[in-house]
Amino acid sequence: MSGFYSSRGVRKLVFEVILRRKANAFTQHSKFSTSSLLDNTLTQFKESVYQFAKENIAPHAATIDSTNSFPKGVNLWRLMGDFHLHGITAPEEFGGMGLGYLYHCVAMEEISRASGSVGLSYGAHSNLCINQLVRNGNSVQKEKYLPKLISGEHVGALAMSEPNSGSDVVSMKCKADRVEGGYILNGNKMWCTNGPTANTLIIYAKTNVNAGSKGITAFIIEKGMKGFNTAQKLDKLGMRGSDTCELVFENCFVPEENVLGEEGKGVYVMMSGLDLERLVLAAGPVGLMQASLDTVLPYVRQREQFGTPIGEFQLIQGKLADMYASLQASRSFVYAVASQCDGGYVDRKDCAATILFTSENATKVALQAIQCLGGNGYINEYPTGRLLRDAKLYEIGAGTCEIRRMLIGRELYKSG
Amino acid sequence: MKILVSVKRVIDYAVKIRVKPDKTGVETANVKMSMNPFCEIALEEALRVKESGAASEVVIVSMGNEKCTEVLRTGLAMGADRGIHVATERPLYPLAVAKLLQALVRKEEPGLLLLGKQVKVDKSENCVHVEREIDGGLESLRLQLPAVITTDLRLNQPRYATLPNIMKAKKKPIAKVTPEELQVEITEDFDILEVVEPDKRKAGVMLSSVDELLDKLKNEAHVL
Repeated sequence: MSGFYSSRGVRKLVFEVILRRKANAFTQHSKFSTSSLLDNTLTQFKESVYQFAKENIAPHAATIDSTNSFPKGVNLWRLMGDFHLHGITAPEEFGGMGLGYLYHCVAMEEISRASGSVGLSYGAHSNLCINQLVRNGNSVQKEKYLPKLISGEHVGALAMSEPNSGSDVVSMKCKADRVEGGYILNGNKMWCTNGPTANTLIIYAKTNVNAGSKGITAFIIEKGMKGFNTAQKLDKLGMRGSDTCELVFENCFVPEENVLGEEGKGVYVMMSGLDLERLVLAAGPVGLMQASLDTVLPYVRQREQFGTPIGEFQLIQGKLADMYASLQASRSFVYAVASQCDGGYVDRKDCAATILFTSENATKVALQAIQCLGGNGYINEYPTGRLLRDAKLYEIGAGTCEIRRMLIGRELYKSG
Repeated sequence: MKILVSVKRVIDYAVKIRVKPDKTGVETANVKMSMNPFCEIALEEALRVKESGAASEVVIVSMGNEKCTEVLRTGLAMGADRGIHVATERPLYPLAVAKLLQALVRKEEPGLLLLGKQVKVDKSENCVHVEREIDGGLESLRLQLPAVITTDLRLNQPRYATLPNIMKAKKKPIAKVTPEELQVEITEDFDILEVVEPDKRKAGVMLSSVDELLDKLKNEAHVL
């Protein structure tokens, strides 16, 4: 090794990297520019959830997908509960963090980055169920249901759609007939995330079938209630492991103290909940896009063709650029609207626009990720196929992109 | 007993380190920085000693510009009680760091100073039992306090900073102190001439026989 040390009497410092890098599938990206939207505490929190998810959730992602179920040996719900992730928007008196939607979106993004399925289930549990209880429950209901949901001992779910009422959710047929002391529920609900395992479910049913949207009431259902059953676990294209099923109500008695909000006012609970659901879930595709880049970047540095790493070819660099720009734009949009909601201003069209934007971007980014990996992108040993299958869900759930477009356009037309 | 732990803000362990084109140092602009993993391990050990009841307070210290407060916040979120930021914009070389640590030890009078890089710590009375790895195996030592101990990789797995602790950390104090206040004069006794990447590992050569090996050892490497 000639010329390594100068023979002259001057000291020359040569830095050597001694620390061996731990082999892992994720690359540490340098500070992303949207960090200006996050203060120090949020940045710390994001990093913290990233580490937690990388070590506790990511290793299970592939098996969750291939076995279509959560891992058996470890209770992810409890783990996330111990890490204080479920009750981010819930009051501290029930074990929550009493924080806002920006924190919730950051957590959602990092969990989704580790596993899309876990992210979706987490979103359904922490936002669709827990947050709806926080926003609409009375003190007795909150006291009864929130602590165990927040600790992760119980799993939460929400169901509004039916086999024949998807986009046209107000046309739901599930009936709630008034009886002494409560209601009798009859009907079915479809595509309920966490349905198979949920202990606490928020269900929408018609207390007045002739009153259209004004006849909907929200109820809190408990697993084990007589007349309430879950049917077959659905075999889905993606988000496999995020258990989804059909719910069946056959003369299920629900006591009147389990009405969430007021009788006949369920549509407000539902629609206002949907705004925040769309916002928080919009962070899911952001995580998937980050996961796509996490996979693609190391690959294009290593994979060589024509004697060069493919990352040197401009067409690949073009794809990287498009993926990156989509990710950053999506992330900025979600954080900005989340901050706006935290400030007390929830804009229906902004919330719908976030998930419209991020979901379609995520599908495109995942497709590009597969393409960057070429033949390997088509092999299930690589995560890119799963990322695409997971991303596609977000164009459909929480109101399809078509509904979102109609809603935003209508709002703009009415009041701009 | 008070434990003082130094925590250093360094380039994140997973980042690919690049030398600056002008060879004056390593590229740090827009590069992810974190607490030195060895410092994390030292802090974790300090926290465990405190949780066992043998120490009453864990104080962390970091030296450098304003950005050092980032790793101090992380350390506070892990559970340290308070932080000290030795504020200076000037480059700090090993001797200056040692002098500053000495001044802080005189000021704070900790029973233990834990630095990143081996050892399990058990405290009893006024001494400390430590166990460390050496070439031959494990060595047990008993040290009288105050003592300085360094920690290495396999000692423990540092804890995560959970959200409630991150929130609590915001209220924990970080005291700012300058080298002048510690009566330490910082001298720049190093002149960095050049920083280069270590030579890339050359590919190995496949040999076909022992004779060829002997020949190479004799005539090329000149070790025989």
